[in-house]
Amino acid sequence: MVENRPWLTFFSHAILILGVLAVAFPVYLAFIASTHPQNAFISGLVPLLPGDRMIENYGTMLDAGISTSGAPPLGVMMWNSLVMALSIAIGKIIISILSAFAIVYFRFPFRLLAFWAIFITLMLPVEVRILPTFKVVADLGLLNSYAGLSIPLIASATATFLFRQFFITVPDELTEAARVDGAGPMKFFRDILLPLSRTNIAALFVILFIYGWNQYLWPLLITTDESYYTIVMGIKRMVQVADSQPNWNFVMATVTLAMLPPVLVVILMQRLFVKGLVETEK
Amino acid sequence: MAAIDLAGVKKTYPGNVTAIHPLDLNIADGELLVLVGPSGCGKSTLLRMIAGLETVTEGEVMIGGGPVNKREPAERDIAMVFQNYALYPHMSVRGNLEYGLKNRGTPRAEIDARVEEAARILEIGPFLERKPRQLSGGQRQRVAMGRAIVRHPKAFLFDEPLSNLDAKLRGQMRVEIKRLQRSLNTTSVYVTHDQLEAMTLADRVVVMNAGRIEQIGKPTEVYERPASLFVAGFVGSPPMNLFGTDELKTEAGGSLPESIGANTGTIGIRPDAVTLSANGNPAIAVTGTIELIEPVGGESHVYLRLPKTDRVMILVVRGHEGVSLAADLTVHLPVGALHQFDAGTGRRID
Ligand SMILES: Nc1ncnc2c1ncn2[C@@H]1O[C@H](COP(=O)(O)OP(=O)(O)O)[C@@H](O)[C@H]1O
Ligand SMILES: [Mg+2]
Repeated sequence: MVENRPWLTFFSHAILILGVLAVAFPVYLAFIASTHPQNAFISGLVPLLPGDRMIENYGTMLDAGISTSGAPPLGVMMWNSLVMALSIAIGKIIISILSAFAIVYFRFPFRLLAFWAIFITLMLPVEVRILPTFKVVADLGLLNSYAGLSIPLIASATATFLFRQFFITVPDELTEAARVDGAGPMKFFRDILLPLSRTNIAALFVILFIYGWNQYLWPLLITTDESYYTIVMGIKRMVQVADSQPNWNFVMATVTLAMLPPVLVVILMQRLFVKGLVETEK
Repeated sequence: MAAIDLAGVKKTYPGNVTAIHPLDLNIADGELLVLVGPSGCGKSTLLRMIAGLETVTEGEVMIGGGPVNKREPAERDIAMVFQNYALYPHMSVRGNLEYGLKNRGTPRAEIDARVEEAARILEIGPFLERKPRQLSGGQRQRVAMGRAIVRHPKAFLFDEPLSNLDAKLRGQMRVEIKRLQRSLNTTSVYVTHDQLEAMTLADRVVVMNAGRIEQIGKPTEVYERPASLFVAGFVGSPPMNLFGTDELKTEAGGSLPESIGANTGTIGIRPDAVTLSANGNPAIAVTGTIELIEPVGGESHVYLRLPKTDRVMILVVRGHEGVSLAADLTVHLPVGALHQFDAGTGRRID
């Protein structure tokens, strides 16, 4: 803006800072709590300054977990979450970019029907179809497996729809130039369409990774074997202890660790991700 | 290098839109043929059928003597230059030039040599490593041309390649395309809606209207002897003056020369054929009021309002030769310069 009104500047900054605080403060609290000994929470007050037990708390969690609250070691849960989030993100991107390619570039019978069928699944998120999906997964013997954790979440239309919208903005002349240049359909896909979709893929990867990482209900339903627990459900289990106070310092250490992979993905993909959201490369 | 022949070629789009009525066209080896006509007349459709980007509903397309109807564009060995350049945005200029050759399995050394050659001819050497978005419109146009010439194809197909450029650049590129085509001597089909572009570029012009060929001929032929009313009106700027026989009779004072036949429905005369004095030649004299004078460099376009029929006649005069606004002016239409068109069919009568 060219305007220079001190009050406006002041207010807009004040609001932005408040917003940042509202988001950052709980994160800060979680981190602080993870650096205190267990008895620091008995008073019911959450300390605001860092304690001295950070190394021990994180050490315990990474090392052994707290078996009393029915959670496996943190490393296992982190690994499970990572496998699940990556499978969902990568699987969804592969399936949806291929199906969008088929729908936009090939004339086959019932093409429109296929598109609408995919489109309608947009209205059926996991939570809505959770019981039938559970039945199918159980009948296929996929309970307590990585396949069971990820495959049902891979099949959805959001990404197909986004890729379709992108593909129809790619000029026909480009497709025709590739045809004249001797590129068959798959070559065109690999050499032209895929590189052009790069920023879209990066943006989708970030969104889908976080979506997969944060899944709670589905892993809770289909895993009974500890070695397939994911970190998000692990946290919940750690809080649900019977006759005593949850070990807040350990819980918060876990929470802090659980936040790291999504943050890392965002940071690493940031350049591409932002590009994908704000511009379409012509 | 090859001749292109179309025999009874027809195109019907889904929904029963006939874009091209059955037509024959023979393009000689090394010729630069220009398809010209108003927007929507089917020029692109015809070109795309030659390229293989559009299926042929009926008839046969032949390149180099052999039928190619069932061949993919890449197998027809043609190169195409598109209106929006259609450069691959994520590849460098070099990548764009190489792509078609790589797909054909051309050896590396050969590819490098051809890219080198094209870069030299089109003077795009300095941009070879840039992306298309870092180039100006004119430079992109050159790269698009380069992508065509590295292929050493049997034919170049151009679909309005200059219409995204500004007027000055368009003029320059037009000259360059002509020069290039001359030196490579590659059969070319060039589509444009701009009759000036058509006239200046073409070895032969094909004037099209509503999916049909109106006339095929050298630019001078098409200009001097338009085969139909449509061609007469389309080619030339300012456009030919066209009057109904009765209108001209009224303006001329009730009678026309004997050379005007009974079937003539429309009489035309080029603005530059209208003269201010008869110079002793047989001519029709008409009088009107000067409504507008457009000075265009060395000459002026004068718009003359004819009082009896309320029609406007355009004439070209050298400089400003004794014409002034709102004055009455008598002009002469030399009988030898008149074009006559049939009242029923609109075809030329000689
Ligand atoms: N894919 C298509 N489907 C249906 N009609 C089309 C299609 N492409 C072009 N047409 C029609 O065919 C006619 C000729 O189009 P085109 O060859 O693009 O004209 P030009 O290039 O001379 O402007 C137009 O009436 C246009 O509407
Ligand atoms: Mg066109």
